[in-house]
Amino acid sequence: MTIENRRKIEGFIAMTLSTLAALLGLFWLIFILGDVLIHGIKALNFSLFTNDPVPAGVAGGGLRNAFVGQIMITLCATLIGVPIGVLGGTFLAEYARGRKIARIISILSDIMVSVPSIVIGTFIYAMLVKPLGHFSGWAGAIALAIIMIPVVLRTTENMLTLVPWTLREAAFALGAPYYKVISQIVYRGASAGIFTGILLSIARVAGETAPLLFTPRLR
Amino acid sequence: MIAATEFEVKVLNFYYSGNVHALKNITLPVYEHNITALIGPSGCGKTTLLRCFNRMHDLYPGNRYEGEILFKKENIFSEEIDVIDLRSRIGMVFQKPTPFPMSIFDNIAYGLRLKENKKISDLSEKVERALPEVLLFDEPTSALDPISTAKIEDLIVNLKKDVTIIIVTHNMQQAARISDWTGFMMLGDLIEFDQTDKIFTHPSQKLTEDYITGRFG
Repeated sequence: MTIENRRKIEGFIAMTLSTLAALLGLFWLIFILGDVLIHGIKALNFSLFTNDPVPAGVAGGGLRNAFVGQIMITLCATLIGVPIGVLGGTFLAEYARGRKIARIISILSDIMVSVPSIVIGTFIYAMLVKPLGHFSGWAGAIALAIIMIPVVLRTTENMLTLVPWTLREAAFALGAPYYKVISQIVYRGASAGIFTGILLSIARVAGETAPLLFTPRLR
Repeated sequence: MIAATEFEVKVLNFYYSGNVHALKNITLPVYEHNITALIGPSGCGKTTLLRCFNRMHDLYPGNRYEGEILFKKENIFSEEIDVIDLRSRIGMVFQKPTPFPMSIFDNIAYGLRLKENKKISDLSEKVERALPEVLLFDEPTSALDPISTAKIEDLIVNLKKDVTIIIVTHNMQQAARISDWTGFMMLGDLIEFDQTDKIFTHPSQKLTEDYITGRFG
């Protein structure tokens, strides 16, 4: 067998194996999606979005309150979490750059990213729900915001660190004060990355369930 | 023609963080509406010296200046100096262009907008107010072809009537062509500073002569 033939056969085997692996992975995805669609498509109608749920066993009803609640709580969490995260990341990457406090906060926020969300839920239960004496959507939003903050903070910090110093130098050399260099130059340079971080954090909290067990009133 | 001095550098020592002694007892005058060139081999401190004039080294913690640079008779390292204002009066042109992530128009207008004075309505007066008094050039033509280089050199010579210019260059011919004064630096020392004609025809130091005749560097 010539070397060339051997190489072709090896290449063919590797390609076949990787294609099979890809198909195997895709099969389950398509299977699940297809199954959900086949059984669920008939329930997908306008009233699903406009009606509240009805008691079990009664026909009809929708999921309006779930949709609205989801949107409200996620929106409030984003409004609380994103500014704190972005500003915190800015502090770490710009004002506290190279200082010990920046490293400590970075490490702490890395730990916070991996805290199980139910722990944050119980924390808010103890800090807000119990003292105030009632469940509330705000408590849920704050719990989700706490989950968002470290994610946004760390991505913002990383993205700002990636902005080349020559860019900042050019702005400084024109006589721009630091806050203008950050808000007008550095943020623009890092905007794509910061937005990715914000979207990822929204996606993460939108799928959270555990912290909400303890916080908003579940009906 | 001895003009008034724009800058007077007096026994300037500069240390990068980690106590690297990058500039050693530099003393030189920079004359108004003259072009001062700084030449020397790589790593001699000419860019470091240039970046002292607008205190660019402040951006990095641990850097330390000793001595004085007088700008219009005021020490730029003194506490009363507003660095932001200083940098808008002393412009800097970098080796590589660094466009800001915005439109070309906004890039050009950026410096002007920083010094935006709402009380002045006349555009040319606005521009006039925003223009720097000194320009620092850090090897502006090192990445350019000869034709573009000639254009930039013409521009620099033309700018001389409006501003004072300090230029760092690797290209000795360039220093000879455009500058009025030349400082030759080596390993953080200013070896010789004199009128450009004198430096390139009758240098008083052996090292300068060796460098400009190409014996090293």
